[in-house]
Amino acid sequence: MTISYNRIVRVGAIAAISTLLLAACSANTDAPETTSGPAAESVTIADAWVKAADDGMSAAFGELHNSGADDVTVVSATTDAADMIELHETVENEAGAMVMREIEGGFVIPASGALVLEPGADHIMLMGLTGAMAAGQEISFTLTFSDDSTYEFTAPVKDYAGANESYEDDMDHAAETDAE
Amino acid sequence: MAASRNGQSPGVFRANRRHFLLGGAIAGIGATTAVAADYALGSSRPPEQNPAPTPLNGSNTVPFYGEHQAGIDTDAQAYATVLALDIRDGVDRDGLRRMMLILTDDAARLTQGQSALADAEPELAVAPARLTVTFGFGPHFVEIAQAEAPGWLRPLPSFGVDRLEPAFSDGDLLIQIAADDPLTIAHTARMLLKDARSFTTVRWTQSGFRRAHGSVKAGTTMRNLFGQVDGTSNPVPGTDGFDRVVWNTDGWLAGGTSVVVRRISMDLDKWDRLDRGGKEQSVGRYLSNGAPLTSSSVGEAAEFDEPDFAATSRAGFPVIPEFSHIARARSDREGERIFRRAYNYDDRPADDAISNSGLLFISFQADVDAQFVPIQDRLDQLDLLNEWTIPIGSAVFAVPPGCLDGGYVGETILG
Repeated sequence: MTISYNRIVRVGAIAAISTLLLAACSANTDAPETTSGPAAESVTIADAWVKAADDGMSAAFGELHNSGADDVTVVSATTDAADMIELHETVENEAGAMVMREIEGGFVIPASGALVLEPGADHIMLMGLTGAMAAGQEISFTLTFSDDSTYEFTAPVKDYAGANESYEDDMDHAAETDAE
Repeated sequence: MAASRNGQSPGVFRANRRHFLLGGAIAGIGATTAVAADYALGSSRPPEQNPAPTPLNGSNTVPFYGEHQAGIDTDAQAYATVLALDIRDGVDRDGLRRMMLILTDDAARLTQGQSALADAEPELAVAPARLTVTFGFGPHFVEIAQAEAPGWLRPLPSFGVDRLEPAFSDGDLLIQIAADDPLTIAHTARMLLKDARSFTTVRWTQSGFRRAHGSVKAGTTMRNLFGQVDGTSNPVPGTDGFDRVVWNTDGWLAGGTSVVVRRISMDLDKWDRLDRGGKEQSVGRYLSNGAPLTSSSVGEAAEFDEPDFAATSRAGFPVIPEFSHIARARSDREGERIFRRAYNYDDRPADDAISNSGLLFISFQADVDAQFVPIQDRLDQLDLLNEWTIPIGSAVFAVPPGCLDGGYVGETILG
């Protein structure tokens, strides 16, 4: 059981209820779309930001919203600011510590719901920064969904003392980032 | 825009999406319970007599975006903290631009009751209580921004009464944070300082207070710690007179103004030795209601009566002494007016003193040299109040205009 899992489910459930209520209040409710367009067309990000870093690693956060009738899955992300990006989840390991690791199958944003990317939970991990990311800069990202559609957004860099989660396997990643 | 910041026209708290999603269920339960209770109570009386629920002052907001920055023509909130920051060596024009982008975004969110991005304590942002954040630029800021500084953007001329301490003087970036809730101010200051930290260091911070919200009728002129009604002759926000006194119309400062921040130490022990008549003569106003000594000491309305400086007593002396504060501060010249927005301070006393109190004097005016300096010159030469007050801090900043959604404060020199 993880905090982030609960958070996602709860957010999704409340958002879904809100949507139902809105739908019920609407006088002219058309039948819900049965055929969905590309995933990218139903996804937006709100309150995106990136943790400032001089070099090495960092992470991006925000709230991904899916206005579509189907779940969508983010399978990868890219940015010019880093050589490598992984989609990470934060889970409790066998020792009871919260550790982050690459999420299997990508980020699922529930239909008519949201996925919160935040320190200590799911986040977009940047490795091998191509330069210093200083507060106030804007960093561009491209998300790719499971249907190969893509969504671009920018996020401001902010100084932030948190988001210092350790890896499930520190050695592997240390070797990886050093190699970049 | 400016008008909506005045008086009692607070906005409505808007939860951001995260608050809604995570807090909605709990708030919903609370609302349902409240409605049920109200319904039960209401069943014993006609429904039209149900009083509207009193909105929480903590939920009230002042618009952030606009032609002018908020916190100037805003009805003064109960508390204020003023921060003066120094720019770190090596921070260039682009650094200042990035800093102002971030600080503007923080202020825009926090003033509307939303947590800042990367806010470590988002729960502290939910009660803005009319929070405003106002930025001012010192000479060094404008120099790094490679903009032309107005002639008055420099330390005030030194006055004979000054005993200025560097710990309360000057600075490159001013941030005035004001709200009716000191916890909101502390959180806002912490958030802004964290985001300014890679660009600046803290030079000084000063905090002040007025009456708490709800203690006296809204719009009541403040009292300082001498017990005086302080600020009666201020121009009134929303009037042409106020606009002429406060708003600059030149270049990158159009829609902006200047701010003078002075720390005035007040010797309460010495003041205590003066009798009530002497106290009133030193200012030229009654302590009871702030009315000029040529008016009535009874009744609220008399506060705003015009002083009659020509009136004399039976013995032939002016009723309002020529050396009194209002006689010396008053100018016949329309141009020599300022808008005061002061706060009291009451800090830890040193050594075996029992008070360390005074006034965090804050005034806004379009042009410091034309408006503020002549008044202070006259007070410096002669003002009976100088017997009990000492300026111990002084700083001057250019206050840039406000910005619209998508813009940032400072864009007129950094953009």
